[in-house]
Amino acid sequence: MSDSVKDKVIGIIAEQAVLEPSDVKPEQSLEDLGIDSLGLVESIFAIEEAFDIQVPFNANEPTESDFDISSVDAIVRAVEALVADQKG
Amino acid sequence: MKRVVITGQGTINPLGHSVPDTLEGLREGRCAIGPLDIRDVERLSIRIGGQVKGYVPEDHFNRQQIALYDRFTQFTLLAAKQAIGQAGLTFCGELSQEAGVVLGTSGGGMTTLDENYRSVYEDGKNRVHPFVVPKLMNNAAASHVSMTYNLKGPSFTVATACASSNHAMGQAFQLIRSGISRVMVTGGSESMLCFGGIKAWEGLRVMSRDGCRPFSANRNGMVQGEGAAVFVFEEYEHARARGAQMLAEVVGFAMTSDASDIVMPSRQGAARAISGALRDARLNPEDIGYINAHGTGTAANDKTECAAVADVFGPHADRLMISSTKSMHGHLIGGTGAVELLACIMALKDGIIAPTIGYDEPDPECTLDVVPNVAREAQVDVALSNAFAFGGLNAVLALRRI
Repeated sequence: MSDSVKDKVIGIIAEQAVLEPSDVKPEQSLEDLGIDSLGLVESIFAIEEAFDIQVPFNANEPTESDFDISSVDAIVRAVEALVADQKG
Repeated sequence: MKRVVITGQGTINPLGHSVPDTLEGLREGRCAIGPLDIRDVERLSIRIGGQVKGYVPEDHFNRQQIALYDRFTQFTLLAAKQAIGQAGLTFCGELSQEAGVVLGTSGGGMTTLDENYRSVYEDGKNRVHPFVVPKLMNNAAASHVSMTYNLKGPSFTVATACASSNHAMGQAFQLIRSGISRVMVTGGSESMLCFGGIKAWEGLRVMSRDGCRPFSANRNGMVQGEGAAVFVFEEYEHARARGAQMLAEVVGFAMTSDASDIVMPSRQGAARAISGALRDARLNPEDIGYINAHGTGTAANDKTECAAVADVFGPHADRLMISSTKSMHGHLIGGTGAVELLACIMALKDGIIAPTIGYDEPDPECTLDVVPNVAREAQVDVALSNAFAFGGLNAVLALRRI
């Protein structure tokens, strides 16, 4: 389950960054990957659709929301937690 | 070049159904943002807005008119009636041939779209009312104003998102200043507080769930409003000759395009529009006493706007007043500049500066005098109205006390 969350999230981020999933590294930030604020909002939408979850995120205060977007790995962990919370 | 004055104003918006009610709300710093009362609100994550409350279409329009007028058109016609009534003009003969109507709206007949999409997609109906198209089209309001008042000159609708009204009023100003027309009816209207309208904005994740707090460190997004404001712009000599009351003079207008990002604002684009309006009006930065800010309450806008104002005004930026009345009536999108012009006219004519309410905490990136929470008395000779739209399209108007 956990691996599939990771693969799906990385797939979504890779698509947004126009990269192969294998080129997306866990420690990279979205900025490193060239994803801007509009790309971020689109990625979060894709994550919500893919996992049928609600992601708490306000573009006005991205650092203050509970959803950690500081790196690819952080996003994967945040999505795993939301899936566990909302689907468990 | 001709001089242009404002001889009539009208409005219906969350703060009131008339200009006096609205100005009272602005003076009192009244918040007209509250829980949305719309169908399917429970399926929305954003459930607040600046709705026009206590409005009953049947009190103003007959059944045939209601079948043809979307809510944004109804608001426009009510505001136009007040404005033209105050100006005391009737349009016949030569004046009717040259007088026109230029209005701003972003969504046009959004409620009509929403209701009819629901009918065919959700209810599975295969037939819609014959007036759907003439009701929803963006120019419906301008056309109905022209028909109601016999305005046969240049008439059209401007749709530049949040700058629509300012662009529209700028066009009306230029049409009179250049001698093409002696009278123009102008302003803007918006009514997208319907399920589909809010749902679309939710997607962008820039909306606040709890309130509009422009320039305050704890702001967390914009809140939508609805309504209209309409003005009569008139050539100065024409107004003087007939002894019309002049509310303010329109002295400058500028528009710029950021040419950079579809949603993020640009400090340079905003600054160029502000300084362009000053140049057009032949004013110095020190002449400006009040700016009605775009002030949406989003992190991106407020920081950028403050930086742009600081760039243009230098040390004078700390002496002028700048407030966002969106904190009270919400963001009326394509109609917002028109409603906000009422606050500019109030500053010039009555010497009362509308506050930025909901101001809780200073933000080091927005250190200007935002007239926090309480209206202020001050004599102001020149005021600016800022509008910076999604898509990077900016429009700034300059008004002078008369």
